[in-house]
Amino acid sequence: MALLRITSPHTQRAGHRTSWVMQMVILATVPGLLVQTWLFGYGTLINVLIASITALISEALILKLRKRSLSFFLKDYSALLTGLLLALAIPPIVPWWLTVTGVAFAVIIGKQVYGGLGNNPFNPAMVGYALLLVSFPVPMTQWLTVSDLSLAQQTLPFIDSLKTIFSSGISNIDAYTMATPLDAFKHKEGLMSEEAFASVAALGQANLDAMLWVNLAYLLGGLFLIYLRIITWHTPVAILAALFVITGFFYIIDISNAASPWFHLTTGATMFGAFLIATDPVSSCTSNKGKLYFGAGIGLLIYIIRTWGGYPDGVAFAVLLMNFAAPFIDYYAQPRTYGHKKARKGLKTGANK
Amino acid sequence: MSTIDTELNTDAESEADLAESTSATATNYSEIIYNGIWKNNPALVQLLGLCPLLAVTSTVVNALGLGLATLVVLIGANIAVSLIRNYVSDAVRLPAFVMIIASFVTSIELIMQAYTYELYQILGIFIPLIVTNCAILGRADAFAARNPALPSALDGLMMGLGFMAVLLVLGAMRELIGQGTLFSDMQLLLGDVAINWKIEVFKDYPDVLFAILPPGAFIGLGLLIALKNSWDEKAKAIAEKNQDKSEKQDRRVRVTG
Repeated sequence: MALLRITSPHTQRAGHRTSWVMQMVILATVPGLLVQTWLFGYGTLINVLIASITALISEALILKLRKRSLSFFLKDYSALLTGLLLALAIPPIVPWWLTVTGVAFAVIIGKQVYGGLGNNPFNPAMVGYALLLVSFPVPMTQWLTVSDLSLAQQTLPFIDSLKTIFSSGISNIDAYTMATPLDAFKHKEGLMSEEAFASVAALGQANLDAMLWVNLAYLLGGLFLIYLRIITWHTPVAILAALFVITGFFYIIDISNAASPWFHLTTGATMFGAFLIATDPVSSCTSNKGKLYFGAGIGLLIYIIRTWGGYPDGVAFAVLLMNFAAPFIDYYAQPRTYGHKKARKGLKTGANK
Repeated sequence: MSTIDTELNTDAESEADLAESTSATATNYSEIIYNGIWKNNPALVQLLGLCPLLAVTSTVVNALGLGLATLVVLIGANIAVSLIRNYVSDAVRLPAFVMIIASFVTSIELIMQAYTYELYQILGIFIPLIVTNCAILGRADAFAARNPALPSALDGLMMGLGFMAVLLVLGAMRELIGQGTLFSDMQLLLGDVAINWKIEVFKDYPDVLFAILPPGAFIGLGLLIALKNSWDEKAKAIAEKNQDKSEKQDRRVRVTG
């Protein structure tokens, strides 16, 4: 039986199973995690801890209900990764029950209800994120700011982080929080772009730099994954290129009100979404050509939601919407099979013409 | 919602129901009750009338209001359709049924406007939309058009109760998860008696908008259907087990003198 143990695709070297892939993706989030902790305080670390524990418990619970092997599925690290990604996406000071709700929903409804790993049509972490954003918009849009810009002139201390997460919070939390640059830009209330960048505190250089560092850290993690050939370049490059093109277009025609492509590429969850979320092998497209369409769709949707939508950042909804379209794209983007002149296009039933 | 679409489906379904209904012409009342409440439940099995079901079940009082309105329309329409069933030709039966249902819905709408005005405003468009509730036309065509008045009335009552039960459970689920309360604002429907019925299950509960918005209804209904299916499967397994046992006992043959 030893020969039959690895199923296709045979692109990975021997021994590179699901658990290895998941471990490497977890490793790729480490730079981002460190930068977020450095800039915004210990909240992210505490959230990661809560999310990991919740993810493992909810996964174990459902596996038990579904009478599946506990140790086999828990050891593939997929639940842990879902929890970790969600914890990185949410603000560092949300109450603990919010993290628990989101992660449990992501693992149970987002993944296990569809049949577990490999059967989920949507990215589980983003399902959890969307639930939280729709249900609790106030805590989900309250971000910490960097120490230079905050009234307290420091990042939130460890004890205060614990207090805001596990009890009713601290009284001077407002001294540490501020809108994210995207949020502030969205609500610039008639100011011209230039004035907004000059006068709105949340659009200050320190805040922009912070978001730039976070995005660079995730870019580093993403490049690491491409180097290991866990993800291909197609999806992230298509996302970033589409976002660059559409932001550039609107920046050129309406320079006084739109933000520059650089702003859109380096704030919010752009890199995180492009390299770690959209590249989920289960819920994205499979063929290289399909990945390009898939990524381009996400890039366009990110800009559309950021600019004309109701929420400051649109990565989660963009990814979920394109997850809907992924099977459809796959039908129209099948690669040419070796020995055939043309690629098959679309869903053909009956005789193959 | 795609009511027309589903109505066409109910036509096809009514053919399937036909055999069942004709077997019930021998007025097997317990069968009608079992069908309406559980086995053929309009919301959980036939999946009819999903539009109001998903849209208004955000609280118990909304669910109860719409459930009662649907129940009354269902009984009235079933009786009326059953009474005229021998006098309308097949070709015009559906328009005739829709006219009957529409007149009942109009009366209900006027009554609610008169006596429970606030609830009428909350339910809004979904009261007139009862006309398009496929469960009502479905039952009129599949059952009442083929059966005498009394079984039809009972069928209407039971289907209505089955529908209302699902509405209530879903409403309670969504209210509990969404707002952390139960039976809030019941005075809108039941008058001053119910003004203190509100139970705050959780103190300081943050509103979970997701449960109140339509996605929560889809997931809630999905879970209810799953629960019913798993119960049915368990019951089936137990029944088969018992049958096996009894069969085994039957097969035992005395071999000793």
